[in-house]
Order: sequence, then C-alpha cells, then structure tokens
Amino acid sequence: MEFGFTTAAYVVAAVLFILSLGGLSGQESAKRAVWYGIVGMALAVFATLIGPGSGLWVLSIILIAAGGVIGYLLASRVEMTQMPELVAGMHALVGLAAVFVGYNAELVMNNIQALHHAGDEAAIAALKGFSATVAHKSPVELNILKVEVFLGVFIGAVTFTGSVVAYGKLAGKLTSVAKKLPGGHLLNATAAILSVILLLVYMSTGGGWTLLVMSLLAFFIGYHLIMGIGGADMPVVVSMLNSYSGWAAAAIGFSLGNDLLIVVGALVGSSGAILSYIMCKAMNRSFISVILGGFGGTSGPAMEVEGEQIAIDADGVANALDEADSVVIVPGYGMAVAQAQQNVAELTRKLRAKGKNVRFAIHPVAGRLPGHMNVLLAEAKVPYDIVMEMDEINDDFPDTDVVIVIGSNDIVNPAAQDDPNSPIAGMPVLEVWKAKQVFVSKRGQGTGYSGIENPLFFKENTRMYYGDAKATVGELLTKID
Amino acid sequence: MKIGTPKEVEAGENRVAMTPDSALALQKLGYECLIESGAGAKAEFSDEKYRDAGVTIVNSADELWAQSDIIAKVRIPTLDELDYLSADKTLITFFNPGGNEEGLNKAKEKGANVIAMEMVPRISRAQKMDALSSMANIAGYRGVIEASNNFGRFFTGQITAAGKVPPAKVLVVGAGVAGLAAIGTSTSLGAITYAFDVRPEVAEQVESMGAEFVYLDFEEEQQDGAATGGYASVSSPEFREAQLAKFRELAPEVDIVITTALIPNREAPELWTEDMVKAMKPGSVIVDLAAEKGGNCKLTVKDEKIVTDNGVTIVGYTDFPSRMATQASTLYATNIRHMMTDLTPEKDGQINHNMDDDVIRGATVTHQGEITFPPPPPKVAAIAAQKKEKPKELTPEEKRANEVAAFKAQTKQQVTLLVVGAAILLAIGLVAPASFMQHFIVFVLSVFIGFQVIWNVSHSLHTPLMAVTNAISSIIILGALTQIGSGGGFLVVLLAAISVFFAGINIFGGFLVTRRMLAMFQKS
Repeated sequence: MEFGFTTAAYVVAAVLFILSLGGLSGQESAKRAVWYGIVGMALAVFATLIGPGSGLWVLSIILIAAGGVIGYLLASRVEMTQMPELVAGMHALVGLAAVFVGYNAELVMNNIQALHHAGDEAAIAALKGFSATVAHKSPVELNILKVEVFLGVFIGAVTFTGSVVAYGKLAGKLTSVAKKLPGGHLLNATAAILSVILLLVYMSTGGGWTLLVMSLLAFFIGYHLIMGIGGADMPVVVSMLNSYSGWAAAAIGFSLGNDLLIVVGALVGSSGAILSYIMCKAMNRSFISVILGGFGGTSGPAMEVEGEQIAIDADGVANALDEADSVVIVPGYGMAVAQAQQNVAELTRKLRAKGKNVRFAIHPVAGRLPGHMNVLLAEAKVPYDIVMEMDEINDDFPDTDVVIVIGSNDIVNPAAQDDPNSPIAGMPVLEVWKAKQVFVSKRGQGTGYSGIENPLFFKENTRMYYGDAKATVGELLTKID
Repeated sequence: MKIGTPKEVEAGENRVAMTPDSALALQKLGYECLIESGAGAKAEFSDEKYRDAGVTIVNSADELWAQSDIIAKVRIPTLDELDYLSADKTLITFFNPGGNEEGLNKAKEKGANVIAMEMVPRISRAQKMDALSSMANIAGYRGVIEASNNFGRFFTGQITAAGKVPPAKVLVVGAGVAGLAAIGTSTSLGAITYAFDVRPEVAEQVESMGAEFVYLDFEEEQQDGAATGGYASVSSPEFREAQLAKFRELAPEVDIVITTALIPNREAPELWTEDMVKAMKPGSVIVDLAAEKGGNCKLTVKDEKIVTDNGVTIVGYTDFPSRMATQASTLYATNIRHMMTDLTPEKDGQINHNMDDDVIRGATVTHQGEITFPPPPPKVAAIAAQKKEKPKELTPEEKRANEVAAFKAQTKQQVTLLVVGAAILLAIGLVAPASFMQHFIVFVLSVFIGFQVIWNVSHSLHTPLMAVTNAISSIIILGALTQIGSGGGFLVVLLAAISVFFAGINIFGGFLVTRRMLAMFQKS
C-alpha cells in the first residue's frame, strides 16, 4: 500500500518535471513551469520520506532545511553576472552527492554479503529499504548493479572536479587560459583505461578499494579535462557538465532501482547534451574539438590585416547615435565583466524614447553560459522582444545606421567568413560590418579569447571607443538627452 | 591606315559617324581621316569644320569607299554599299545581324571584316562603345520632349494667380536606358513620374531617378536580368496578366505614357492595349519608342503621329536620335572612336582585330570571309545581379517537390535510427535480466522525451533551463534518503546525510535562481 503510493507519487512527479522543462519554450509559460518543477520535487521528496525504507526522517528534514537555507541565501545574493559560476558550482554538489550515494550502495552490498556469509537469515530478513532490495538480488543482477554503481561514481566524480574547475575559471579564481599537464590528453586516456581495468577487477573481486582508486582517477580526469578548455568554450563545458550530472543521477537510479531518478537523470542528461550540441553548432566546431580543448592549429598564415584602429570619443558616438534611426547593440562577455548592462539598458531606454529603433543582437555563444546575455539584459529590464537571435537580425545589418559592439570580439569577426585560414573560419558570426557605422567599446587594443586579430576593428566604418564599458556607456548617457 | 565616313544614304537619316572632334582623336591613334563632302551637314558639321580638324574631304561615295581601309557609318548598310567592300576593308556600323542575313552573306562573300555596333556586349569595360545605350538615351529624352510637344498642359504643377495647374502624370514602361532617360527628363520637367519594369532589380535605379516604381502584386520570381545580359526576357502569361491589370488601373490617371519595352530579337510585346487607350483622358499622349519593332501599343503607326477617336495622341516615330542629329552624332562618333581605340592597342594607325578580346569578338559579325555571328556568350557578366536578400521564391511545384524530398530524407533517417535503436535494445534484452530491462525501458523513454521537449526551449531561456535542470538533477536526494534509513553502519548514514545536505542546497538554490531570472523577463 505504502509502496504503491510512492510509485504513484513518482509518476506524478515525473510528469511535472517533463512539463517543467517543456514549459521553458516561452517566457510567459516558463514562469508557470518553474512551479511545476518545485511541486514535483516536493512531491518526490515527501513520497520518499513516507515511503518504504526511509528512516531517520527527522535528521533528513533537518538536513534538507539546513541545505535549503544555504541554497536560499546563495540564490538570493548571487549577482546575475555570476550566474555561470553559480550553476557550475551547483553541478559540483550533484556530482559529489552521486559519488557518495554510489559508495553507500557498495557499502550496503558488502554488508549483505557479510551477512550471507555468516548465514544470518534473520538479520537479512530484518533489513529495510534499499538494503532489502539489494538482499534479494540474483548474482547476475548484482553484477549489473556493480557496473551501475561504478558508472555512477565515475560520472559523478568527473562532474564534481570538472564543475569545481569550471567554477574556478568562471569566477576568475583560476586562469581561464587552456592549460594542460605534460602528456595532455594521453593522461586522460590513460586514466580512463585504468578505470576500465579497475571496473573489471571490481567485478571479479568486489574489492571496495578499486572504487576508491577509480574515484581518484575520475577526479583527475574531471580536473584535467576542464583545465584544458579555455574560457570562451565555457558555455559548452557548463552544459556538458549539466548533462553529466544528469547521467550520473540516472546511473545511480539504476543501481538503486529508482525509476524517478532514472527519468529525471535522463531528462537532465539529454537536455545538457542538446545544449552542448547547440553551442558547438554556434561555434562551428565539433563537440570533440571543444572537449579536447583550445583552438586547433591554423592551416596557413592568417590574412594580413591592413589599416589602423581609429579611436573616437563620447561626443562622436553620441552625435552618431543622435542622427541614427536604427541602432543595434551587440553585447558580449565584456559587458558582463564590466557590469555595464544597467547603463546599456538606460541608453536603450533613452534612445527608444527618442523614437529610434533599438535592438539587441545576441550570438548563441555570447557570454559564458548558454543564454547568458539574455539573462543579463532581462535583469536590466530590457524588454525581451527587442532582443534578437543571430539568425533573426543578421539580414538587417545593411539597413542599420549604427551598431555598438560592447565587449564582444570573436562573434563579430569578419575573418570567420573572409579568411579560410582563420582558426574561427566558418563560425557563424554577426555581420555588423555591413552596417553604416560600427562603434566598438573595448578596454584596449588586445585580441579576443581566441587570440586572433579582428579585421572589424580596422574597417573604415569602424571606430574604437576605448575604456571600461560601464564607464564609457555611462559617459554616453550624459551626452544624450 | 585610312578611316572614312560616307554620307548616309537612307532618307531622313541626319546622323554622321564622324565628327571633327572624333576625327582629332582618331588622328592621335595614327589614322588618316576621310569624309564624304556634306556628310555632316544635316548634323550641323560643315565640311569647313572637318577640314579644320585635318580631315580630307572626298567628293563622292565611290572615292571614299575606294580610298578608306576602315569605313565607319551609322545606318545598316545597303547591299549597294556592301558592294564597295573588299577583303582588306573593315566596316563599323549598325548592322542588325540578327535580321540581315542577306547583308551578312554579302559581307562574307566580299571577305571584309564587319563590326556591328549593336553587338557590343553589355559589360562594364565596353560601356564607352555601347552605341545602343547612347542612342536609347537620346530616344528617351526626345520621347518626353515629343510628348510634351503634343501635350496641352504643363508638366509641372503650378499655383499661379490665374489658378492652380495640376502636375502631369507620366508612366514610363520599361526602365532600360531609354526608360531611365525618359524618367530623368520627365521628373526634371516636374511631372509626377511612375515607372514599371519586369525586372524588379531595377526598382532601385528607377527610384534613384526620382520616379515611383510600380510594383505588381505578383509572387513569381522574374528571371534575373543579369542572367540574360541585362536585357528583359519574355514573361509568363500570368505575369503579363498581372501587369496588364495594373496598367488598366493606371490608364485613366496618367496623362502621358512612354513605352520602351523591347526584348532583343523579338517583336515588341503588347503592353498598352486598345482598351487602355480608350480609358485615357482626351489630350493624353502615348509615345511608343518600340514602334520600330511593332510597338508596345497596337494602335501605333510606325513613323507617324496619329490621334485616336477619343483624342489620345500616339507618337510612333522611330527616328528620335536622328531628330537630334548633332547630339546623336557626337555620341555615336565617340562610341566609334572608343571602338577604334580598342582595335588599335599600339596607337600606330594599324588595326589589330583581336578575336580573343570579348568586346571585339562579340561585335564582329564577319571576319576574314567567315560569319562570326552569333558570338559566344561573354566570359564576364558584370551587370549588377538581382539582390539575393530575400530567399528565392519557389514555385508551388518546386516547393512540393522539396517537401517531398525532405520528408523522404527525414523518414529514411528516422527509420534508420529506429531500426538501429530497436536492434540495440533487443540485443540488450537478450542478455540482461528482466528487472534491469524494466528500468532500462524507463530510461530510454525518458531520454526520448527529453530530446523531444528540450528542442522547443527558446534560445533566450537557455540559462534558466540550465538552472532548472540543475535543480531537478538534485533528485539524487531520493537515493540518499532511501539509504539514510536503511541501516548499514555509521559510514553509510554519514555519506547519505552529506548527500542529502548538498542536494538540499541545490534544490532550493536552483529553483530560486530560476524564479529570479524568469521574473526579470518582461515584454516592452
């Protein structure tokens, strides 16, 4: 009776989770969708607590509450610009939880084996919950269980260290440059092969030490893999880790025989996988090449860039904006770093009040998280219907009077189309250079993440507006009224 | 070598192929210039002026043809004139090679080289010798002037002490060189000018001249003008219907219609039908610049001006350039001079008939006793291609075909995936125990649902999606919760407790952050 209720609750929760993800297809329905997710989660936890095999539920509730308080504080204090690191950091928690749950499964298996050996049937019969289900498994099922536990721990461990490193890179605590230990991917491959060998040892001997050693190897893989990936590829990495945390949950779900875990794990896993795919496509790179880190070698000398970068001051930009009818703003990671979104939004409001057509062009990989720019602009109260995707707006650039590029570089680089030898050749880019005039707000003359020169800055219709984006846009605000 | 220009024999032809100015330039190329006495008289170039420019005056046509190595003239040569030719002579003239087989054969028999000025290809480099454009330009201008001459009102609108004068409304059909010249003249006289062309890519040119382009409400994509050498091509019957309907709508409004629609080597298309003429106001004027090829209006009488029963004047003159002989001769002579410059790369007065040159090859119709018409298509097409901004409109059949093809490809892909997926599932099912398979099916279905659902997530919501999936991935708490109470020692409880705690952070943090983000998205 009790068990039946739990299963029923799980089904309802699973449906709610699916609706919750499906609801994200639109801004308005998304607001409802979150509630589906929250109710689903509450139902699942409640059903598990009153379901079979749970004990110590006072302790559980206290722990959940404590975690909830911390989670609440984190979520309400985080700046929207820090969203990438928050998401990455929270993936680490899921990863670690998966590792621990996996260990527990192993410990429980050992206990039961000990009991079997001791012939203590009464003790076995007295087992509850998870232990009871394990106790009734056949040898074949136990083997499968072992594989599942092993997989769950492995993926969980990779997710954990990977997320920690991603967090460090995004928060600026680790260098965002791609770094590899000597040996590079050979080290990762060796560690992975060793893990497979350990799996075989674990299957045949059942020694718990193999699980521990494998965890260490997986920790190393997670660390080294993500260390080797540069800052600009972080959108892919974060969504990949998101995917991993889902698969880890699914693997644990298998080992625990819990269908809801499997369902949700699979949903999250496929969601992350699709996001990674979308991000890779936006950069015209294969998933493998992103994971293997850094930009590949160029196939020839890059095209010479001729001309010079011409600077302009706030008055010049303000005048041009005054005369323009249509303005497109292209934000990038630089806007997030400088926290300039409020000023940009204010500028947008002023220009719109003067009857100008102001729109935003968002490249799919702008920022450090899928959809990062949308969230920042939303925070600054920029209406979402003037925020356009690349495909929606690329054709409109020739009819645009002024384009303001704020803190983006590679995503507006014409070399992607003109120079077949460029490392970013073939990557879809925003064709801002087709507009009548382009202003680039930039801190200095340096190159973008990929370290390649941007011919856009040397074009005749481009003017460089140097300085910290927040300060320079702020200065513009005073000139426009 | 000697270059000579005879007097035009055609009655009413006032132009001349050499002017004193062009003669000076030709002499700089090393040529000696000859002209038949009185050849330029009708174009206001007296023998005196030629003599001053260093041109030798020759008394008769016989002498001129005999003495000259190169003969430049305007009109299509008569057979008598062609009789003068011999193997060492070059003739540069309008020739109409497409409709002048007799002339071609004659020139071939004589072995002379003939360059037909209307065959100069329409490429940027050859524009300076494009005599058709020069003449069309004049025709367009003169067409408006003739219309004005026969029109009883001002072109421009005026408000005078004696009352208000409405501006004339002019419709120019065909925006080629003649059409554009007519538009320019008409707008500068102050008329409200509309223009139509079957090639939508010229709309920009029309608008740049100050006229309003008449758009048809018609879906079909016209053939790209650039693909047909910059000339109009024949349009489909449906397109024609839409076009005529538009004209019918305009007919009662417009005061002056100037039709310039010509398709190379074809009779002029009928665009201004009898009922449109009937619908026009009395006193309106139609100038049919296509009269030579039958006229865009069937009422047009070639070389004549008629007045219809309802008082519409239809001008069918074909000699507009000749009516402005001085201007026309100046331009034509300059075209000839540019052609000679190309034929004389060394500037040594010796003709170098380079048949590898696109322009010279294209214009040459007979060469060393061979007919070289029609020429091969030019290698460079330098006409502004139609803007490709809008995705190409497909015909319904093509769309249908594309859909069917896409559908087939999709079906194929899906079936392959399904077969492979099913095979793998079955293979696993063969070895795995039933309890595993139960969970596995759940897993596969969930992945499937996930893929179906996530593709619909809008791009701008990717960050909230990540936050939400992060929150719900803490479902792992269920595992920890079942373990925490299952006994098995302190270590199990401790690890499970930590997991519960972490997952707790994640659940609350994830959902709250998502809500915060979504609350920020707002419409303007």
